Amino acid sequence: MDIRLDGISHSYDGVAVMNDITLDIPAGRIVCIVGPSGCGKSTLLRFIGGLERPGQGRISQIGEPPEGCLNPLTYIFQDFALLPWRTVEGNISLVLEDHGIKGARAREIIGDVLARTKLTDFAKALPKQLSGGMKQRVAIARALAVNPAVMLMDEPLSALDSQTRELLMDDLISLWSRQPFTAVYVTHNLNEAVRLGHQIVVLSRRPGRIQEVVTIDKPLDQRQFGDPDLDEKQKYLWQLMRDEARAADAELINV
Amino acid sequence: MSDATLSGATAPATAAKPVAFRGGGFAPRPHRWVGFVVFVVLILIAEWGTRAGWISALTLPKPSDVLATFGELYQSGMLFKHLGPSLARLFVGALFGVTVGVSVGVLIGLFSYVRAGAVPLVAALFPIPKIALLPLFVIWFGIGEGSKYALIAFGTFTPTVVATYGAVDNVDRTLIRMGQSFGLSWWSIVRKIVLPGAMPGILSGLRISLAIAIILLVAAEMLGAEYGIGAYILQAGSLYDLERLFAGVVILSVLGVVVSALIGLIERRVLGWRT
Repeated sequence: MDIRLDGISHSYDGVAVMNDITLDIPAGRIVCIVGPSGCGKSTLLRFIGGLERPGQGRISQIGEPPEGCLNPLTYIFQDFALLPWRTVEGNISLVLEDHGIKGARAREIIGDVLARTKLTDFAKALPKQLSGGMKQRVAIARALAVNPAVMLMDEPLSALDSQTRELLMDDLISLWSRQPFTAVYVTHNLNEAVRLGHQIVVLSRRPGRIQEVVTIDKPLDQRQFGDPDLDEKQKYLWQLMRDEARAADAELINV
Repeated sequence: MSDATLSGATAPATAAKPVAFRGGGFAPRPHRWVGFVVFVVLILIAEWGTRAGWISALTLPKPSDVLATFGELYQSGMLFKHLGPSLARLFVGALFGVTVGVSVGVLIGLFSYVRAGAVPLVAALFPIPKIALLPLFVIWFGIGEGSKYALIAFGTFTPTVVATYGAVDNVDRTLIRMGQSFGLSWWSIVRKIVLPGAMPGILSGLRISLAIAIILLVAAEMLGAEYGIGAYILQAGSLYDLERLFAGVVILSVLGVVVSALIGLIERRVLGWRT
């Protein structure tokens, strides 16, 4: 299933935050969206998943979601959004219950996604007992449980320290290598973008427009920490963004 | 600034002073026995004062006499004759008030129109001294149990509503967005995200509501009650029988402590997930 964004513009209280964004998200690829703060990248992600409505433009899904897909557009949030009163397996069961999946079938799915995210031993733990990295793994497991067609990832690693971030990037890459998924990955961290993105969409500062789309052909599983090609790409991206980021930083916040 | 630290670092280590500790505090820790000691000390002072004579018998009864009165009350079986109806009134009235209060509070938290309509109404009802309405309740619900239930229910209703809708407002919106993003139904979001998320606030509201319920119990038993702790206290008060008055007051205090402990117990069981 592909996603197509067609001429998306939006404004909050008369302040334009996004201007004419047209973008295709092809199936089986990870599209990273980077841009200076306040360029509307998280808003764009909320539009794609239908949590907010754009002022103008259309978002369409092309093709049917795969068989057995419970929730085609599934988010992974920056702050994990786990229910603190439910255990790890309870949090995953939450998103299955509404689809009538209970009992043995639910246990089977939960067991599978916990194994894929290396969380099997933590099934009965409460979120307060888990580190940030573990919590985000639970959120990833929860997203996998509904078998999504497109993962919408809103700065998923930004709340984690840099070592945990490296570990989770490796996990995401191995998850993708085993079974390629489609993802829109919003981040302000250019290193994450060059490590995980097949395409990197660079947005300008407010009102956000697409400045450039950078494609990286190197397969995900060959992208290593400190790879010179990736460093080159990252430098290039930073050059694209630096002046915009400085100008955005000096703006007054009124949205 | 940097100059100062530099010269300080290069100066010969003449006087090595330990860095004074200035952190700590602002983190209350449980010390169960302290509360108990305060009670005991106060009672002992009262006992000493009344025995020595620098507290006159008209000012304060002897704690030992109050205890003796309490013993009599227990032995004559009158304690439970008074306590039974009081607990029933407290239970029925508070149950009714809290149930309706939580329901209305959740509705206010969820629906803008209910909020716009009900919040001013609650604000208007809250400051009314409920005791003043007792005669009205007697006319509406009769001099029997009805008016007593109504008074306690009404008194617990308003604080419960305010606590509940505040608690619903404070539920983490990102959790609700998460529920929506996974396609959970509206009812599932309310049941599995909003209500458990509001539970800490609802329970701490319950502490206040139930304390108010105990206060109103005495007021409710002012009219048309033969038995009940409130009736017992009022009777003793009108006769200036300070021993019995104090025995009754102690029962109410103990009731308050028990209720508070019960809520603490529920909090520990239901809210174990809090960090």
